[in-house]
Amino acid sequence: MEFAETDDHQAIREGIQRICADFNDEYWATCDDTHEFPWAFYEALAASGWVGIAIPEEFGGGGQGITEASIMLEEIAASGAAMNGCSAVHLSIFGMEPVRRYGSPELAAKVLPRVASGELHVAFGVTEPDAGTDTTRIRTRAVRDGDEYVITGAKVWTTKAPMCEMCLLLVRTTPYEAAASPTEGLSLFLVDLQDPAVDITPIPKLGRNAVVSCEVRYDGLRVPASRLIGQEGEGFRYILDGLNPERILIASEALGIGRVCVERASGYATDRVVFDRPIGQNQGIAFPLADAHMRLHAASLVIREASWRYDNNLSCAEAANTAKYLASDAAFYAADRAMQTHGGFGYAKEYHIERYWREARLMKIAPVSQEMVLNFVSAKVLGMPKSY
Amino acid sequence: MKVVVCVKQIPDPADPGEIDPSTKTLKRDVKLILDESDSYGVEMALQLVDGDGEVVLVSMAPNNEVLAMGADSAILVSDEALAGSDALGTAKVLAAAIKRAEPDLVLAATESSDGYTGTVPEQVAELLGMPSVTFAKEVAVADGTVAVKRQTEAGYDDVTCPLPCLVSVTAGVVEPRYPSFKGIMAAKSKPVDEVGIADLGIDAGAVGWAGGGQEIVAIEPAPAREAGEIVEDEGDAYERIVSFLEELKVI
Repeated sequence: MEFAETDDHQAIREGIQRICADFNDEYWATCDDTHEFPWAFYEALAASGWVGIAIPEEFGGGGQGITEASIMLEEIAASGAAMNGCSAVHLSIFGMEPVRRYGSPELAAKVLPRVASGELHVAFGVTEPDAGTDTTRIRTRAVRDGDEYVITGAKVWTTKAPMCEMCLLLVRTTPYEAAASPTEGLSLFLVDLQDPAVDITPIPKLGRNAVVSCEVRYDGLRVPASRLIGQEGEGFRYILDGLNPERILIASEALGIGRVCVERASGYATDRVVFDRPIGQNQGIAFPLADAHMRLHAASLVIREASWRYDNNLSCAEAANTAKYLASDAAFYAADRAMQTHGGFGYAKEYHIERYWREARLMKIAPVSQEMVLNFVSAKVLGMPKSY
Repeated sequence: MKVVVCVKQIPDPADPGEIDPSTKTLKRDVKLILDESDSYGVEMALQLVDGDGEVVLVSMAPNNEVLAMGADSAILVSDEALAGSDALGTAKVLAAAIKRAEPDLVLAATESSDGYTGTVPEQVAELLGMPSVTFAKEVAVADGTVAVKRQTEAGYDDVTCPLPCLVSVTAGVVEPRYPSFKGIMAAKSKPVDEVGIADLGIDAGAVGWAGGGQEIVAIEPAPAREAGEIVEDEGDAYERIVSFLEELKVI
């Protein structure tokens, strides 16, 4: 068993740290306050070839695995960019994997190099207002009309929609009631998002305000049949493949936020003098930060196991779900303890802890709630009866 | 065209570590980073060569960042005898290493961000018997000649100089590229010519503490900044600011 990081992994950390050093907390706070997409940061990453890190080299990407992508996103988050930084690139890192794996070679050749270079922004549309995690209940419909499909329905939480030229969209080609089983009759399309038949409305939210999440309504959007990914009716299976890597990446982003929180809080606790001594001398301050650090460390090991399993084509659902659960929990605990350590200043924007706190909270909900992870482990790992 | 760039690794200015009281120099047991002032010369070299030629970095400390930015190879001088080298000792080593590369053009920063002697590039040029041009803000090469816009207090001078020569580059004049992902991955397989001072024909007594021609007598903390004058604006603040600036002969 080997725990040491490779030189390449260390070099990826340093390369990302080098770029992130030019985008400080004030940059991210301004993007967050003004709800401005972090274009300068995105363009710096794109120009130096990072956006396509996990896209195969034949499509102009870096040809790396989920391990390397997760290290990259962890370092972005840990720089203080947090989710505003990660979500700016998150979907380009691995979101187009279904297109590579199941799409036509022509479509992959047309789309993937542009995603790898950072030129083409893509969104992912699965969740619906009335379906939530129960994905098979989605109602957005695609109906065949000659060489085209006509799409009608509504999605929610489509991240970065106004910036995205295209969206990978899960729809029903057979209604739930008519499908042989709930998971059949779903299809995946790569649709053009900037179309008059598409209505995008940003959702006001607690944090990560530099990257919008939107409600997107499709009112008779016409899509060429060539934009269907793989076989009609097989879409559910295609997106399942992407859920584990997504959880690993999200876990890494949470880990990064947790790291920056503990780093800032322990620094503050060392410097801040009250009652004639640094507050970190009080075990009531120090112990929770030591606790947070250890929780993050434990989560990081599960993340590494999960990404290693994925990259080695081993089953990784348990590890990926565990990583997401532990990292989200540890990150929010770290953010909360960082806020407690900073006292009133942690609540003030000046110290950026409140921004990390707002963003760390997100990962306990997205891309899947902590409770659904517990459901998965209860039923699929421990073999207990399914609760829903 | 072959361009050599001299680069240095320094303690991160944001967290530089401590001064060693016995040597009166900065301890180098902290994480070292590429001196930012060198990154401008690197960027200039990459732009000048633009794929048609070769950029060779010469350094006395391992440096993958410049290779990741796109330099083709490195000459790394590594020798225990180099510890404590002063500006002239450093220049002797760099000059000998540069000679191995037989460059058309040598670029260096005007000064390093840790030692700040600002003398090494000219010493290197002298030791190599090359002309040198200082404070370059723009560099162009054509027909065996380098044309330099040389920064002055009033603006810039146009200077031309035959190749080979050494040009020291002013900080901030170009936007250094980030090491790219592919550059980082490729850096580790780029050729690094690792040499000791014996390979360069340099005597151990001529460099390091042994060869030091300068001595650091004492180091003192910089004096604390004195409190400035606070001007309460009673409608005449601008006049007082103007007269203050006139006193300083700034305006």
